[in-house]
Amino acid sequence: MEAIAIDSNRTCFQRGLRDGMPIALGYFAVSFTLGLAAKNAGFSAFQAMIESLTNNASAGEYAVFSLAAVGASYWEVAIMTLVTNARYLLMACSLSQKLAPDTPLRHRMLIAYDITDEVFGISIAVPGRLNPWYTYGAMSAAIPGWGVGTFLGVAVGSILPLRLVSALSVGLYGMFLAIIVPPARDNRVILGAALLSFAASFAASRWQLLAGISSGVKTIILTVVIALAAAILFPVKDEEGASKS
Amino acid sequence: MNIWMYILVSAAVSYLIRVTPLVLIRREITNRTLRSFLYYVPYVTLAVMTFPAIVEATQHPIAGLLALIAGIVLAWKGGSLFLVAVICCLVVFVSEWFLI
Repeated sequence: MEAIAIDSNRTCFQRGLRDGMPIALGYFAVSFTLGLAAKNAGFSAFQAMIESLTNNASAGEYAVFSLAAVGASYWEVAIMTLVTNARYLLMACSLSQKLAPDTPLRHRMLIAYDITDEVFGISIAVPGRLNPWYTYGAMSAAIPGWGVGTFLGVAVGSILPLRLVSALSVGLYGMFLAIIVPPARDNRVILGAALLSFAASFAASRWQLLAGISSGVKTIILTVVIALAAAILFPVKDEEGASKS
Repeated sequence: MNIWMYILVSAAVSYLIRVTPLVLIRREITNRTLRSFLYYVPYVTLAVMTFPAIVEATQHPIAGLLALIAGIVLAWKGGSLFLVAVICCLVVFVSEWFLI
């Protein structure tokens, strides 16, 4: 409570806005490639932008676009969104510990809207309790970058040469690697789980028996099996898990 | 299937995932297996989605493979999200110039 009393809401907001600027730039480039995936799935620029502004999730949105492209059921989309965004559940749990216990409901509901890897990352790094206005500042920079990038990805993507589209389409995977690799480097269980995931995913894509199952369902099954096995065989210590992302 | 329904479903699920813990849970999860499972899920699911998809996304599979290797090396050395994403794109752009 003392930390909130020292810094005014305005100061916290401005600090969040400043820290959110590099996030906005990164989001712009990444969401642009997301727009390419949206276009392939038949989304208009406006629809893709709304998807981005209401989801705020790179991997989750990519999964939705992939599923929409093959006409998946709404249930598949719901389950895939749940699975690909499951980490936000953990981040939200962690963030709930960072807020002052008497933080009003409206602040909790607003912050929840943009819990992403990056906004969560800088919010949890604030010393002491989190003033919601800091997160609002970061969101004010990050959200427009994400939305506009997605819009332009769809709108301008079509006039780009195939060679450029091919190059931009790996941007998202590069981002996923940037999320997976550093913790895998520092944690052998994550490293093993990631390598096993690569191998299992490759095997599943080649195995004829699974040819009839959609890639979305394969991802759900592989994720649950591998993550559960890791959780049972290598349960995380108390200091890990909720406190780290 | 309606695109607006896809947006509505994904938006609702995305928001519920984030808002539920913040509103309901004021204490840390104590079940160790559940905590561990949630801890591993992001890495596993992102890994599953990255490979072999990255190799199949490019015009030439070798370009995708080079991007995968470059991305892993750069991320290993602590490259930022933005930098890793851009370098992967560049690797594909340059290598396809020679491959195709």
